[in-house]
Amino acid sequence: MSDRLSVFKTYKLYVGGKFPRSESGRVYEVTDSKGNWLANAPLSSRKDARDAVVAARKAFGGWSGATAYNRGQVLYRVAEMLEGRKEQFVREVAEAEGLSKAKAAAVVDAAIDRWVWYAGWTDKIAQVVGGANPVAGPYFNLSSPEPTGVVAVLAPQDSSFLGLVSVIAPVIATGNTAVVIASEKAPLPALSLGEVLATSDVPGGVVNILSGATAELAAPLAAHQDVNAIDLAGADEALAKELEIAAADNLKRVLRPQPVDHTATPGIDRMTAFLETKTVWHPTGALGASGSSY
Amino acid sequence: MASLFEYAPAPESRAVVDIAPSYGLFIDGEFTEAADGKVFKTVSPSTEEVLSEVAQAGEADVDRAVKAARKAFEKWSALPGSERAKYLFRIARIIQERSRELAVLETLDNGKPIKETRDADLPLVAAHFFYYAGWADKLDHAGFGANPAPLGVAGQVIPWNFPLLMLAWKIAPALATGNTVVLKPAETTPLSALFFADICRQAGLPKGVVNILPGYGDAGAALVAHPDVNKVAFTGSTAVGKQIARTVAGTSKKLTLELGGKGANIVFDDAPIDQAVEGIVTGIFFNQGQVCCAGSRLLVQESIQDELLDALKRRLSTLRLGDPLDKNTDIGAINSAEQLARITALAEKGEAEGAERWSPACELPSSGYWFAPTLFTNVTQAHTIARDEIFGPVLSVLSFRTPDEAVAKANNTQYGLSAGIWTEKGSRILAVANKLRAGVVWSNTFNKFDPTSPFGGYKESGFGREGGRHGLEAYLDV
Repeated sequence: MSDRLSVFKTYKLYVGGKFPRSESGRVYEVTDSKGNWLANAPLSSRKDARDAVVAARKAFGGWSGATAYNRGQVLYRVAEMLEGRKEQFVREVAEAEGLSKAKAAAVVDAAIDRWVWYAGWTDKIAQVVGGANPVAGPYFNLSSPEPTGVVAVLAPQDSSFLGLVSVIAPVIATGNTAVVIASEKAPLPALSLGEVLATSDVPGGVVNILSGATAELAAPLAAHQDVNAIDLAGADEALAKELEIAAADNLKRVLRPQPVDHTATPGIDRMTAFLETKTVWHPTGALGASGSSY
Repeated sequence: MASLFEYAPAPESRAVVDIAPSYGLFIDGEFTEAADGKVFKTVSPSTEEVLSEVAQAGEADVDRAVKAARKAFEKWSALPGSERAKYLFRIARIIQERSRELAVLETLDNGKPIKETRDADLPLVAAHFFYYAGWADKLDHAGFGANPAPLGVAGQVIPWNFPLLMLAWKIAPALATGNTVVLKPAETTPLSALFFADICRQAGLPKGVVNILPGYGDAGAALVAHPDVNKVAFTGSTAVGKQIARTVAGTSKKLTLELGGKGANIVFDDAPIDQAVEGIVTGIFFNQGQVCCAGSRLLVQESIQDELLDALKRRLSTLRLGDPLDKNTDIGAINSAEQLARITALAEKGEAEGAERWSPACELPSSGYWFAPTLFTNVTQAHTIARDEIFGPVLSVLSFRTPDEAVAKANNTQYGLSAGIWTEKGSRILAVANKLRAGVVWSNTFNKFDPTSPFGGYKESGFGREGGRHGLEAYLDV
């Protein structure tokens, strides 16, 4: 019996809930850590980035308007779907990062657990960072966190899956939508994550994943007037500065690159970086000396 | 108005404030001349009288002040929080004691009515110091983890519309969290910050913890760019805010920006009309409309537009414009000739673009910088006066038919600082407040402030929040 010829996978982008090729028709060669060919990944264009922003903006109203409980359910569903496809991700992460199978398995487990962790945050973050303010006067006011909008996310370059999940989950847990640029040299786990998100009740457009040259794709996103924030995790120092300058044009919220241990439990910083605080005031009645005023 | 309701003049006495003919920069606990000896004059906007001559900080002075703040940081940040708290409580108390003096001073230097400095600015200034004083020894409980650390030297640049209040918003949280400060007040309103330097002296605040550098934009730019500044806080125009964001790009400096606004004040058909009218007046004519969160766009439901406008015009006809030191004055002077020119130009553009201009009968004083309260009707969303921040007593009126349309129009702006909602229906308040992209939403009230309540904008109104627990974050290493 001859060996069966395996079926290769055509890796595609994930934009607006669909799996397009790059509109440019370009691809680039992705290799494993030893230089062996793995796949041809889409080399996204600036147009792909702009299309992804349109999709993310379109999805923002529904996703930010969903109940926090519902968002938690959806994020947990992502963990469920990943658990079922663990083998695939272990293989992809091992190839992408040159890890042993055991180490890659630990990374994938951690990434799945991270979705669960953030799933639990969706309906708690408002209680932790919001609250009622004791105003000195006959007024009542409440401060509540709200998502800032469309967030461009430059995924970490070296942690192709755990790092990727660690930057996507906090952004969408709070109701933002995301345009993600996958690790430039190891984009395959990210592109496969798109397939998981598509089957996890995540509405189309909430997460959009692009592969290609980080610097080329990040430039139009940092300058885009309809992008509200940018996470520079995957940028080197020079690129980060350039993008931060471009981001000033519409005063995007900028999360600068910083050393992160993705294996440690994350704090809430990656969530609060992309939240606005809204304070709503209303008069209260006050009982005067002469009787009721309400 | 008919003579039946003429008011006798009721001027507040100037005798409570003693303005020196000249002031220096306040660096390392001492008043000092600028390195290059430059000075500038500060005038009273209501009379154009020169109030004092003030040293003008340059780059060398910024460097000197940052060095002083850096030196002071070591000891100040190492103080137990409870000790820092006591300094801030002292400052709060001294401000309360000297409140009348400072109110008169602020009115003279800024041009705003004494009733506003006396009843709004100064009580809030003291309250901010009092509020943040209490945080200084409780930072472990603020929700930013255990042992949150200060950042270092804070470079702070503040505007001229609320000179002392903006100083309080910046300095109180900075000191409570253990940072030291170099603050640049605006060139048209440097005096109350220099009086504050004297309050620091009275409070026995260690030298170098607070440094005050009166000056122009170049001094602010030098402060923001100084390599030894760890934190930049700016309140002012969106254009300058963007420039500052570019300057700090690629550095480790933490940045908060409180910038412009074009707040929508939405009046639904079931709103309590008289209260709404008062709120509209407060929203746009408080401080001559020179307020970043001013309700400068009135969105009124079409079915009550005529009734509301009649009531509003009637109310505007009773506003009293004139001597800011008069206790009955509602509308004071515009802060500077430059600002007056900007307001004038934008109002003229409103007319040129086809909006209908209205002002109450109103006599403007012959000297000083004045602009009558002004209302524009027939305004569309495309009009410049509906889009650009005017920062003056100019209200643009637009109408809407449905709540959805109101929300869409309210959010149709690059800014996102404030909004107002007027309706008796609670569910509508909550639904609309939810959909408005603004950092502060006032329902059935407007322009209310409190030190416990975070303030700041969405979109191009800047980022970060001042006030409340949230305001601590800007000054902590979190």
